[in-house]
Amino acid sequence: MDILQILLTDSFWAASLRIATPLIFGVLGALICEKSGVLNLGIEGIFAAGAMAGWMAVWLGAGLWGGLLVAALVGAFFGLIHAILTVPLGLSQHVSGLGVTLFATSVSYFIYRTALPNVSSPPRIEPFQALDIPILSDLPFIGPVLFQQTAMTWLALVMVVLVWYVLSRTALGVAIKAVGDNPDSVDAQGLSVYGLRIGAVMAGSALMALGGAFLTMSAFDAFFFGMVNGRGWVCIALVIFASWRPGKALLGALLFGAFDAFQVRLQTEVGAFVPGQVFLMAPYILSILALVIAARGADYPRALLTPWFKGQR
Amino acid sequence: MLRLARLNPMENLKILSLNALSKRFGSVVANDAVDLDLHRGEVLALLGENGAGKTTLMNMLFGHYLPDSGSIDVLKDGVMTPLQLGHPQAALAAGIGMVHQHFTLALNLTTFDNVVLGSEPLFSWRRDRAGARAKLQGIMKQSGLEAPLDVPVGQLSVGERQRVEILKALYRDARILVLDEPTAVLTPQEADTLFENVATMTKNGLAVIFISHKLREVLAFSNRIAVLRHGQKVGEIATKDADERVIARMMVGADTPITPRENMAPGAPILTLKDINVRGRSKRDGLSDASFSVHSHEILGVAGVSGNGQSALAGLVSGLIRPDSGTLSVDGNEISRPDPLAMINVGVGRIPEDRHHDGIVGAMTVAENMVIERLNDTDVQTRGLLNRDSIQASAERLTKEYDVRGPGSDAAARLLSGGNIQKLILARVFDQNPRLILANQPTRGLDMGAAAEVGRRLLEARKRGAGVLLISEDLDEILGLADRIMVIHDGHLSEVTTRDREEIGLSMAGEHA
Repeated sequence: MDILQILLTDSFWAASLRIATPLIFGVLGALICEKSGVLNLGIEGIFAAGAMAGWMAVWLGAGLWGGLLVAALVGAFFGLIHAILTVPLGLSQHVSGLGVTLFATSVSYFIYRTALPNVSSPPRIEPFQALDIPILSDLPFIGPVLFQQTAMTWLALVMVVLVWYVLSRTALGVAIKAVGDNPDSVDAQGLSVYGLRIGAVMAGSALMALGGAFLTMSAFDAFFFGMVNGRGWVCIALVIFASWRPGKALLGALLFGAFDAFQVRLQTEVGAFVPGQVFLMAPYILSILALVIAARGADYPRALLTPWFKGQR
Repeated sequence: MLRLARLNPMENLKILSLNALSKRFGSVVANDAVDLDLHRGEVLALLGENGAGKTTLMNMLFGHYLPDSGSIDVLKDGVMTPLQLGHPQAALAAGIGMVHQHFTLALNLTTFDNVVLGSEPLFSWRRDRAGARAKLQGIMKQSGLEAPLDVPVGQLSVGERQRVEILKALYRDARILVLDEPTAVLTPQEADTLFENVATMTKNGLAVIFISHKLREVLAFSNRIAVLRHGQKVGEIATKDADERVIARMMVGADTPITPRENMAPGAPILTLKDINVRGRSKRDGLSDASFSVHSHEILGVAGVSGNGQSALAGLVSGLIRPDSGTLSVDGNEISRPDPLAMINVGVGRIPEDRHHDGIVGAMTVAENMVIERLNDTDVQTRGLLNRDSIQASAERLTKEYDVRGPGSDAAARLLSGGNIQKLILARVFDQNPRLILANQPTRGLDMGAAAEVGRRLLEARKRGAGVLLISEDLDEILGLADRIMVIHDGHLSEVTTRDREEIGLSMAGEHA
C-alpha cells in the first residue's frame, strides 16, 4: 500500500476522530479554565481520575451514562481543590496543578488497588458501542468515519458547539472572558471574581474527566495504570495551538489524532527499516512544530496565572 | 482653556453623606472620621496630596474597602438610607458609579460587552442585545459621550477608554459618579472634552466627585472643594471663594516655597542627538529622526502623552537602548557604543521613570543603593572589597543633605516611601555633579513638598552649568521649569516656541496648528 493511500482510507479518518475524542474533551476543559485566568495542570491527573471513576461506577452497576456523571463530578471535585488553592488563596498555579496531577493519579491507583487487590487481569465492563445510524452509516466514506463512532465522540462534538456558544453568545461567557482578561473589570461591575473562576475551573475539570472516562468506557473496556500516557499535557499545548478558540481546539485535536493514526499505519508500511520509536515520537514532534507555527502571536488571556485578591487594588 | 459656567444646583438636595468614615491599614491611618456631603447636580472636587486618603475614601464609598467605622447614607425614594458597606454590588444598586484611575476594562471585550457586563442574568441562553444597545445609545446621545461600540476596548485610545468607563456607570443608572484622577492620562484637549461632558451630565442631575491634585482643573471645574490631608478632612470651600494659594495651603498645611527660575544664557551643547532612529515596542513608541541638543545652563522639557516615544528617548540617553541609526554625542564626542556605564562615565545622571523598579534595588540597603552607580570608585572599594565605613559615612552625609527619611541607611531601600526613594535617587545623581541630567517623570506620584524639592535641585544643577533633559507628562511642570520645550508625538520630536497650554496641547495630540 502506498503511503499516501493511507490518507484516503476511511479507517484512517475514523481512527483519527476516535483518537481525537479524549483530546477534544481535554482541550475544551483546559480552554475554559484558562479563559477565566487559571492554568490547570491538574489535567493529567484529572484524566486518570475520570478514567478510574467512570469505569468503577459502571463496574459497580451504575450504567454508562451514570458512569459519565460520576466521572464528571470527580473531575469537578479535583477542579475545586485546584481552584481553592489558586483562586482565593492565590497559590502558584503551576505548583498546585502539578500537585493535583500527582494527587489525583495516585488516589485513583490507590482506590483501584484497594478495591481489586488480587486481580491479575483487569475486570472488563461493557463499553459504549459504535452508534450504527441506519442509512447514514452506509454512506460511502462519510458513513464509517462519522456515523460509526460511539456516543462519546458525538458528545465531544456537541461540547465543542456548546462551549463555543456559551463563550461567545451568553452573558456568562462574556463574564468568563472578562475575568480572564482583567478581574478588576468584573469586580467593579459587581460580579464575583472568585465565583466565576472557581466555577470555570470546576466545569473545565469536569470536561477533562470525561476525556479520561472515554479511555476506559469507549476506547477500551478496563482501567490500566499509566493509560492516560501524557494526553493531558498534549491538551495543554493544544490550547495554545487553538489560541483559546473552541473551533480551533477541535481542529488541533483532530490534527493530533490524525498524526497518531498515521504513524500507526505508517509503521506497518516501513516499520522494517525505521525503528518503532521514531513513529511513536512523530505525533509529538509534529505537534510541537504545529505549535511553534501557530503559537506565534498567541493572544494569551491577559490575567492568566495572575492571582487576584479582593480589597487589594 | 474654557471655563464652564458654574452650576448653581437649583434644588440643593442632599443625596449622599459619608459619616465619620475611618479606615486604617495596619498602623497607618488612611482615613480618620471623614464627613462629606454631596448634592444633586454638584461637582465636588476631592483634593489632597498623595497618600492623603482620597482614593481610600472613595473605595469605601464604592464598596471595595470595608470601613473600620462610620456609615454612608444615600438618598433613596426621598429618604436617606444607610448603604450596605463593603459591597460594590450594593453601591451600584444605590446609583454610585466609580471610574478608577487604573481603568477596570477587559481589553479583549468590546465596548458594548464591557458596559453591559454584570447587568444581565448570567445563566441565560439568550442575551437581550438589542434592548441593551438601544438603552446605551440613548445614554450616549444624552451625555455626549461617544465611543465605538463593537471594537475591542484594547484598540481604543485612552480618552475613549475613559468614556467607556463613564458609560459603564451611567448604564447602571448612576446618580453619583466618582472620577479618580480622571485627567492624569489625558491631553489637555481630552480633559476639556471630559469636563464638558461632565457639565452636560450634571445638568441632568448627576452629582460628581472628582479626585485630583491639580489645582488648576479643580478651580475651573468644580462647585465645591473638599481638602484631605493625612487622612483627615481639613477644609471645605466653595470654589468661587477659593484661589490656588488658599487651597495649596490647605493641602500642604503651609506655604510651599517656590524656587524662582532665574534667566540664564545657555552655554555650549552637552548632549547632541543627530538623526536618531529607534524602533520602539510599538509603532508609536520609538523615535524617528530625532535631532536636538541640550546645552549647559539649560533645561529642555519634553512634553507629551505617555507612550509616544518617551521611553525610547529615556532609554537612549541612559544607555539602555542603542539607536538603529544616527549619532549620540556628549560634549562633542560621539558615543559609538552607548551602554549604561559609558553614559555614567561621561557624566550623565539618570532619574528613571519607574523609581521603584529601575531606580533602586529594593532588597539592598539605602547606603548600597547610593553608591551602586560608582562601584569602581576608590572610596567604595579597594581591590574588589567594599569599604563599608566609607560607604556608610557617605550615606550618612547624603541622607542628611537630601533629607531622606526612613528606617535608616542600613535598612532595605524598598522600605522607603515613594517620595524618599526619589530623594535617595536625587542624592545619588546630584552628588556626582553630573554634566547632564535625564529626569524622566521626576515628580510623578510625589506630593507637593517633594515635587518642589525635585524642581529646586534641577534648577540648582542648571545654575551650576549642567544640562537637564526633563521628560514629563505634566505640562505645568514643564512650563514651570523648562527653558525650551519640545513636544513628542508618535516618536517625532518638534520644538514649540509657544508657552500657550492650548497650543502645546494640540501638538501633544498630534495636530499641528
